Amino acid sequence: MTERDATRDELVPEEQTTLEPEPVLVPEVPSFDKLAEQANTATELDLSRGSVLEVDNLKMYFPVKSGGLIRRKIGDVQAVDGISFEVQHGGSLGLVGESGCGKSTTGRLITRLYTPTGGRILFEDKDMAEMSNRELKPMRRQVQMIFQDPYTSLNPRHTVGSIIGAPLEVHKVVPKDKILPRVQELLEVVGLNPEHYNRYPNEFSGGQRQRIGIARALTLNPRLLVADEPVSALDVSIQAQVINLLQDIQKEFDVAFLFIAHDLAVVRHFCPEIAVMYLGKIVEIGDRDSIYGNAHHPYTQALLSAVPDIKQAAIGGRRERIRLQGDVPSPINPPSGCRFRTRCPIAQEICAKHEPPLLQIGKRHKVACHFPGPIGHHPDTPVTAPLLGTDAYGSPDPGATPSPAITNKPGYDDTWFDLDAKTLGRA
Amino acid sequence: MTQTSTPSTRLDTDDFLVVENLTVEFPTPDGPVRAVNDLSYSVGLGQTLGIVGESGSGKSVSSMAVLGLHDMQRTKITGSIRVGGQEIIGLDESGMRKIRGNSAAMIFQDALAALHPFYRVGAQLAEAYVVHHPSASKRDARRKAIEMLDRVGIPQPDKRVDDFPHQFSGGMRQRAMIAMGLINDPSLLIADEPTTALDVTVQAQILDLLQDLQREFNSAVIIITHDLGVVAEMADEVLVMYAGRCVEYGACKELLTHPEMPYTWGLLSSIPDVTADTNARLIPIPGNPPSLLDPPSGCSFHPRCAHTDKVPGALCATTLPELLPGGRGTSHLKRCHLANPDEVFAREVLAEIAPDMVEETSDDRA
Repeated sequence: MTERDATRDELVPEEQTTLEPEPVLVPEVPSFDKLAEQANTATELDLSRGSVLEVDNLKMYFPVKSGGLIRRKIGDVQAVDGISFEVQHGGSLGLVGESGCGKSTTGRLITRLYTPTGGRILFEDKDMAEMSNRELKPMRRQVQMIFQDPYTSLNPRHTVGSIIGAPLEVHKVVPKDKILPRVQELLEVVGLNPEHYNRYPNEFSGGQRQRIGIARALTLNPRLLVADEPVSALDVSIQAQVINLLQDIQKEFDVAFLFIAHDLAVVRHFCPEIAVMYLGKIVEIGDRDSIYGNAHHPYTQALLSAVPDIKQAAIGGRRERIRLQGDVPSPINPPSGCRFRTRCPIAQEICAKHEPPLLQIGKRHKVACHFPGPIGHHPDTPVTAPLLGTDAYGSPDPGATPSPAITNKPGYDDTWFDLDAKTLGRA
Repeated sequence: MTQTSTPSTRLDTDDFLVVENLTVEFPTPDGPVRAVNDLSYSVGLGQTLGIVGESGSGKSVSSMAVLGLHDMQRTKITGSIRVGGQEIIGLDESGMRKIRGNSAAMIFQDALAALHPFYRVGAQLAEAYVVHHPSASKRDARRKAIEMLDRVGIPQPDKRVDDFPHQFSGGMRQRAMIAMGLINDPSLLIADEPTTALDVTVQAQILDLLQDLQREFNSAVIIITHDLGVVAEMADEVLVMYAGRCVEYGACKELLTHPEMPYTWGLLSSIPDVTADTNARLIPIPGNPPSLLDPPSGCSFHPRCAHTDKVPGALCATTLPELLPGGRGTSHLKRCHLANPDEVFAREVLAEIAPDMVEETSDDRA
């Protein structure tokens, strides 16, 4: 106890009185060098410890019912359609894409708020996809979620103490009289005053509420946190505070993150690995340099070129960008072949006939495109045609057989497809 | 207004919108809230002004005052707002109606909330047209609505004109809002967070559209946003607001490459950049924005400022700094006591947030 009291004094100087009008975060501002020291640089990738989560060919179809008296199923919303990825121990994978691409659904599948239509969710080698609620209960201690909207994700009629303490009670991890000290400890961790446990969520600002949501997710010492747009509802200056807090938590408690966001710059800072989703599929996945510096999929390139850049101020005017026309097609009736082809600037005949496989083209870089290449250097003929056993227009080629190398499994191989030589196998 | 004000030195007479010493005060049960305090700016035709600030900094309140959208009975507005030479403050509602939607129009952030859910999109556009063109027939108004929907890039405008707002996607609704704002060819367009709720690809489409339309109609545009990236690509001039006051005002390039106010530094350092060095740190602004019921003494940013130690004495906490030109010419105004902000920025801040930029900047200054 004495140890913790010492840290508490450090984090929350002054204001031990319980009834000040506004909850104050940090009463005194340290000098700029101190601030900079506390701030984090972009998170690095650590591959030494293997993966904590493996998602294999995960599918989620929501049924669409007809109107009228007898509501028959008339189709499916293919919200998530066969995605595979892995999250490293203590690492973070960013999931980006436009709204409606299935990134939030993926998060909800991994926390098993939805039951997947197909595929496997291997958490530390146990498949969560088909577990019953009873089997899931111990797993829920390992996988927790941080929600987007700090205003609707906290019960307004519960005190902060009971919100953060609820998981402890449900999972009976500590005796009842030990719940409060644990809650106060967590409040300290997320930078709130531990004396405020008996306040209600409406007494806190947006950034502080998001901290409460983070404290609740940390209560059970999870191994994996699914953060669904954790900062997009916050003001710019507060966003940076919360991102730094999440990075500190990641280091201190060794939690892995599945970080879902649409802000490409935030994802770049937080995640050493990124998966880009479009209409329920992963179109490109890889480490930070591969995605941000060497994107090979036209959709990733379009997304990146659409981000407004502050450095543009020095040059003036708008940046040259790839303009995507129209909106994302409906996932009820997605385009045949490659789902992106209706908006793709480089689509050809084969794109309508065959879905491009997620092909590994670098050490930690996979892309699902028939014509992968850097901007302006996309190949003229589909590199995937020989692998799929077709000619350049997507018609079956009697002389070729589909390559067994095309799989949809999580993780990366030691050998990959060489885009220059157009053959498999380069380590 | 008891404070002496320093009107911007660059006010010239051909500016379409001139705001001088604007103060907006709302009475609340807890006392008066001064949401905008002594704000002056101006926008010329064909120019774009970006207003940047956090929620509650007064950026929306100030521009709503330009369209007279505040409750005139309760709100205390002082100062001067001139749209095309006409004084807005004190204008009665019928006079205001002639300007609103005609020579000055606004695009709101949440298009779903701003469009009426019970009326067809075309009918809402036509209404905006008929109000200012009383002689126009229903058919004319409908034709004009279709023409505007086509102009903002809605496919099959002759069919979509009869859709309800909920049948449009987010990007299309924002386009419809822009069409409504521009239907009377206004000389002043205020876009309040026009792209905040949109995806980046759609955001890029909408920003392109706004820029094309501005070129075509030669209107004055104000973009209110918290995204400095949007400002960098769109604006000619930037005004940074904090706690109801202008804290920095200058040409876009100048202000974003040589900011002189610690709050602007904080904004720059607290957002990551898609092209930044991965060694760059993400340095937040500590604390929370102040309550305007009880604004801090002196400089309103001082409780969150990490650079107060470089100012002698307790000047920051006691005296409100004037909005004065800094060391980089008369067109770049800042409200800060720091004597050598440019030097502090280059030496301390830039080294942390963009280590790769430090050398470039020092070369640039040599």
